[in-house]
Amino acid sequence: MSTDSQQNIHHLPVLEFKSSTFSVPVLVLASNDIITIEQQLQEKIRLAPEFFKNSPLVFDLQELNSLDLDIDVASLTNMIRKLGLLPIGIRGGVAQQNQQALELGIPTHSGHSARDGAHAASQSGTGVASTAATSGSKKQQAPKPEADPEPQTVTASTVLLTQPVRSGQRIYAAGDLIILAQVSAGAEILAEGNIHVYGSLRGRALAGVQGNTEARIFCSDLQAELISIAGNYKISEDLNGAVLNQPVQIYLQNHTLVIKDI
Amino acid sequence: MARIIVVTSGKGGVGKTTTSAAIAMGLAKKGHKTAVIDFDVGLRNLDLIMGCERRVVYDFVNVINGEATLNQALIRDKNCNQLYILPASQTRDKDALTQEGVGKILDELKKEFKYIVCDSPAGIEKGAHLAMYFADDAFIVTNPEVSSVRDSDRMLGILSSKSRRAEQSEEPIKEYLLLSRYSPDRVKLGEMLSVDDVQEILSLHLLGVIPESKSVLNASNSGTPVILDEKSDAGQAYADIVARYLGEDRPHRFIDEKKGLFGKLFGGR
Repeated sequence: MSTDSQQNIHHLPVLEFKSSTFSVPVLVLASNDIITIEQQLQEKIRLAPEFFKNSPLVFDLQELNSLDLDIDVASLTNMIRKLGLLPIGIRGGVAQQNQQALELGIPTHSGHSARDGAHAASQSGTGVASTAATSGSKKQQAPKPEADPEPQTVTASTVLLTQPVRSGQRIYAAGDLIILAQVSAGAEILAEGNIHVYGSLRGRALAGVQGNTEARIFCSDLQAELISIAGNYKISEDLNGAVLNQPVQIYLQNHTLVIKDI
Repeated sequence: MARIIVVTSGKGGVGKTTTSAAIAMGLAKKGHKTAVIDFDVGLRNLDLIMGCERRVVYDFVNVINGEATLNQALIRDKNCNQLYILPASQTRDKDALTQEGVGKILDELKKEFKYIVCDSPAGIEKGAHLAMYFADDAFIVTNPEVSSVRDSDRMLGILSSKSRRAEQSEEPIKEYLLLSRYSPDRVKLGEMLSVDDVQEILSLHLLGVIPESKSVLNASNSGTPVILDEKSDAGQAYADIVARYLGEDRPHRFIDEKKGLFGKLFGGR
């Protein structure tokens, strides 16, 4: 086995970068008293020892900093590690706290997190607005938190829209994207997972944008300008009359897009 | 509670100013105190359509800059004492408008007026953005042709994502479709999109269809909002629109081609 893989080593890529979303517990602090934090944390751990054992953890210092309470990141980290948790990120920290965290090998993250983005996007048909709002907010140097080698739960958030997606709007979903209205010509919808459109699909729909070849597009009326799954695409001109204006599903088979009625 | 109505379209030349003048007059005639604001700074037209161009002393930008009070700048309409016009500045450009300044003026107007009609400039840039930003209701003026429909769709996207209501996650702006310059004869010949086509593309509540009509041009040239020409088809269409907006249930007209002897004699218009 080892010889095989050595022979192939020059031909086959052995690594690949992918982007994923993980669900990680976030510790929001409202006090800078390390001893009290430790006591209360111990109580929590006692209630569910298995859950917290070796669990990754992100510190959220935003509230603390808004109350003007400083905290020593080094002692906080030591205490957390002592309790068996593995800090993998800090967010909402001020420059000095971020610096301290980086010295301890803990990545920093800007205050406004994916939570805000996913929240805003799923509430209303305002993908454009939510992107703008997130990027326009507090800008700090923000290397993304390292993905834990063994994430406990991998949950990508599903985005549900009930309003039409209008020309010029762009909606991105880290998981599945479900739209209960039409998607206008000139609109663009992207999802890392599947796309469902329960209305006319006239814009561009791209599923599996991070390379998921299993992703599918479902729509109740296909009039799309472009459809794509994991980078394999067809433009409107390539769609034949038999599938146009029909309820269809689109999936990938041997690197070819298959459009089938449903 | 005062309501701010934006009349917008994305595309130019579809009848925004005509519509703003007509519905502002219609609301005022129904007894509601109404103000109509020209947001087209640099290309002002509303004063001409309203026939008050010779009475402009101060304008919107003067008020924003604190060079005049709102009461000094508002012009009372000569046909209806419930209607006031706030003209745009012709010598400045859209950069003279600020979100803060516009917000302050609208807040002040809301204390005195029942309806505030904002006549948006074409495009999706600053002027159009500020015209729609504070709106409660939006009248989307669309011509039955594909580029106008697409631009309206784009504007709807902006309304639902960049307005104050969207940014503060309040109840979204109420959107109404006004299909203007409609000609049933040309629809029949396939030269124009039909009401159904446009509604299918935009999926929007239809407030009314305004037929293509000579009376609109005549009204513009004479400086009287077309709604005052009660005999004209366009004037009646706007009267219907105002009534529907205020909650009256009126059947749609001007969608089908004219029929019968009258239609044969005058159908070509």
